[in-house]
Amino acid sequence: MCSTRVVITGLGAITPLGLTADEMWAGLCAGSCGIGRITAFDPVGFTCRIAGQAPDYDIRQYVPKSHRKATKLMSRDIELSVIAAQEALTDSGLKTKGIDAENINVDPARVAVNIGAGLISCDLVELAPAVAASVTEGRFDIRKWGKEGLELVTPLWLLKYLPNMLACHIGIIHDLQGPSNTITCGEAGSHLAIAEAGQIIARGDSDIAVAGGAEAKVNPIVMIRQCLLRRATSENNDDPASACRPFDADAKGSVFGEGAGVVILEKLTRAQGRGARIYAELAGVGQSNSLNPEYEHLEPDGKGVQLAIEKAMADAQIEPADLDLVIPHGTGIPGDDLAEAKGIEAALGEAARKIPVWPTKSMLSNTGAACGALDVIAAVCAMNESRIPAAKNCDRIADGCNLNIVRQPQSRKIRYALCCSYTFGGQTAALVLKNVDGETAK
Amino acid sequence: MGRMDTTKRVVITGMGVVCPLGHDVETLWRAILAGKSGVGRTTIFDASTFPTTFDAEVKDYELAEHVKSANLHKDSNRGSAFVLGAAAEACRAAGIDVDTANPTDGIDRERLGIYLGAGEGSVDNDVFFAAIVEAWDKEKSEMDWGRWAKVAFGRMTPMRELEQEPGMPAAHIALLTGARGPTRSCLTACAASTQAVGEATMIIRRGDADAMIAGGAHSMIHPLGLTGFNRLTALSTRNDSPQTASRPFTASRDGFVLGEGAAIVILESLTSAEKRGVEILAEVIGYGSSADAFRVTDMHEEGRGAIQAINAALADAGIGYQDVDYINAHGTSTMENDSIETKAIKAVFKERAKKTPVSSVKSMLGHLIGAAGAAELITCVLAIRDNIVPPTINLHDHDPGLDLDYVPNESRKMPVNIAMNESFGFGGQNNVVIIKRYNG
Repeated sequence: MCSTRVVITGLGAITPLGLTADEMWAGLCAGSCGIGRITAFDPVGFTCRIAGQAPDYDIRQYVPKSHRKATKLMSRDIELSVIAAQEALTDSGLKTKGIDAENINVDPARVAVNIGAGLISCDLVELAPAVAASVTEGRFDIRKWGKEGLELVTPLWLLKYLPNMLACHIGIIHDLQGPSNTITCGEAGSHLAIAEAGQIIARGDSDIAVAGGAEAKVNPIVMIRQCLLRRATSENNDDPASACRPFDADAKGSVFGEGAGVVILEKLTRAQGRGARIYAELAGVGQSNSLNPEYEHLEPDGKGVQLAIEKAMADAQIEPADLDLVIPHGTGIPGDDLAEAKGIEAALGEAARKIPVWPTKSMLSNTGAACGALDVIAAVCAMNESRIPAAKNCDRIADGCNLNIVRQPQSRKIRYALCCSYTFGGQTAALVLKNVDGETAK
Repeated sequence: MGRMDTTKRVVITGMGVVCPLGHDVETLWRAILAGKSGVGRTTIFDASTFPTTFDAEVKDYELAEHVKSANLHKDSNRGSAFVLGAAAEACRAAGIDVDTANPTDGIDRERLGIYLGAGEGSVDNDVFFAAIVEAWDKEKSEMDWGRWAKVAFGRMTPMRELEQEPGMPAAHIALLTGARGPTRSCLTACAASTQAVGEATMIIRRGDADAMIAGGAHSMIHPLGLTGFNRLTALSTRNDSPQTASRPFTASRDGFVLGEGAAIVILESLTSAEKRGVEILAEVIGYGSSADAFRVTDMHEEGRGAIQAINAALADAGIGYQDVDYINAHGTSTMENDSIETKAIKAVFKERAKKTPVSSVKSMLGHLIGAAGAAELITCVLAIRDNIVPPTINLHDHDPGLDLDYVPNESRKMPVNIAMNESFGFGGQNNVVIIKRYNG
């Protein structure tokens, strides 16, 4: 048995609340909402016309000169992940090829990349001229497409949409040659990516990992999919700031968005050796499944979430009472929130009524494969400032939800924090983060 | 977090496959030993005008013949449907109950996990293209999203949309088996299911599960998939001779043949397998993963990442290159892969390189993309079981630069105790798994 401890030494986030992790945290503390009317395309005709969109950025400013040409091969998901990775690595003080090529202080073969990615939807506007050239008598003609339309598709088109290209671009920019994986478990993706990255370091296959997730969900195809599945709210289009209401009695559905969250994981001894700032320890991970023939929803008793949390606590060797913060998945979909609340309650027992529970999607929106990593970053920030901001839009807690949703900002020493998530399809995940500040816990 | 029992042994206790050469393991194996090709004209959609008009399809597959609970999976995309058949076969072989709420197989469902390298499902083609046609304003060169939404809302179905998510094949297996253990799905292009098997092994070694249902599922045989690969000029265009198109390591190779399918192995801790008294098919002894970190479009010229992954797998297995009896190559039949893979093997295997048989079953199966690695791993297990190395078919013209023993055209009887499976993916993903005959 080995007992390598893994810590977080860098944070990076691009969200509807800003271009950096600091801006995200400031927005969360202020109770800001990053949700507004969709501008990425004209959402007229969509049942949900609001989303969380990131502020404008120029991708070329986030990549070294040598990689500028390759930005043409980046879908928005890839761009977001590259921006967050750049910030996280800079924040960690590690010098990679992409940060400071003259003073590299990592062994490229010992750095892993684990990214949670979504199903990247193609850009319809990009594809449309090729489709339009393949029409016979008003209808799409596959034979014409094979002969003529296809030729109009840019040769490297496919490479923009392979989910592993997020990790590949990050790896190429920073010259990271260790194990590289892309977890495609929807909204649980970045928790599972961070979990696996931690395990890769713990088992000795890497010393450092760039881990997290990214997804750009403000796209007509993604939005229509969530509308058709009735996961997206169709109400509150005129009042975006109040639209996403996790665990609230008036919740009508989720609001989707875009973002990326990346953390740098590092072997504790390595981080200590270089005097790095240590944000928190990744103390435990757990995962399971929700078994629901209605694949788009969590099973009603939240058993899969419960099991993931129990395993994460066992992995971290803690009791529920050791937790001072829970960040749930909390999407604002009433049935799912209730099921999750039941799962959390079952896992934490009596303690569930006392531990502060702080959902973030009312402010950040549901950023899919990014959301778990963003919650980890939010938990780390809360831990470092001993401060839990107030939940937003949770004015009247839904019947059956027996959790202690944070109604007012709190000052509180956070020994351990729990983040959990689940996704359509059923994969569930939970992470326990430990405050290593002075080793006060246990 | 740090628990890892490196002494914990992981074995394979079941296998299942649905692929162009058959819907079960023994049918696949008979076809491979006979050197049969699973390649033919594209029938799933009209590809007659595409640069490539052929592929390797799964034919005549009926989900209901493989699982009782087919109604729970009625919206499955091709990948999910295939993986259900493969998982059902693998579970039955391993004595793991499926389609029941009350399993009596001795495996705690909270300690039964899933790890797939699984691909996205096809878009709903008819609606997808119709909506664009309807909404594209040629004059203004812009989309009328209102019109697009109208067509999409009217004709798209929620489940067909959900089924495109790459996590769905794992979701279907969870319902089939009741698995509540660690579950992940990864998508590292053509290396995905080898990575899934490798990481699943690590989950068992770590003590987080007693058994893992691991492997892959993918079908990119759809208009956009074929378009994407054709535009990359990655596919063979030997339209006049589809069955000889996949010809890895030849001088005349001109690209891979797009295939589809699913392959599953049951990984189990040796302790659990012994306790249940099930047959052990092989032991997984090594796993290595790396990234080229070179270019989005190309492999590293010297195979840097491939070499690192092979060496990592050998080190994990605690063996030397001299101990490997057989290499199941990624061998895609592209100019780039086959020459760089050969270079990498030479760099690692040195004086043994030309003496170690290397073959590519893609010459028969086509390239199953995300599912390729797991399907190929199954052929490694069978190679050990029967002491036969599968051939590389269509190998008639040698590329002078490629001078390893590629087991041309005919399977070969020879002792195989340790086999290495290599998978390399677009973007520079490299994964290698090593398995060994189980001798107690």
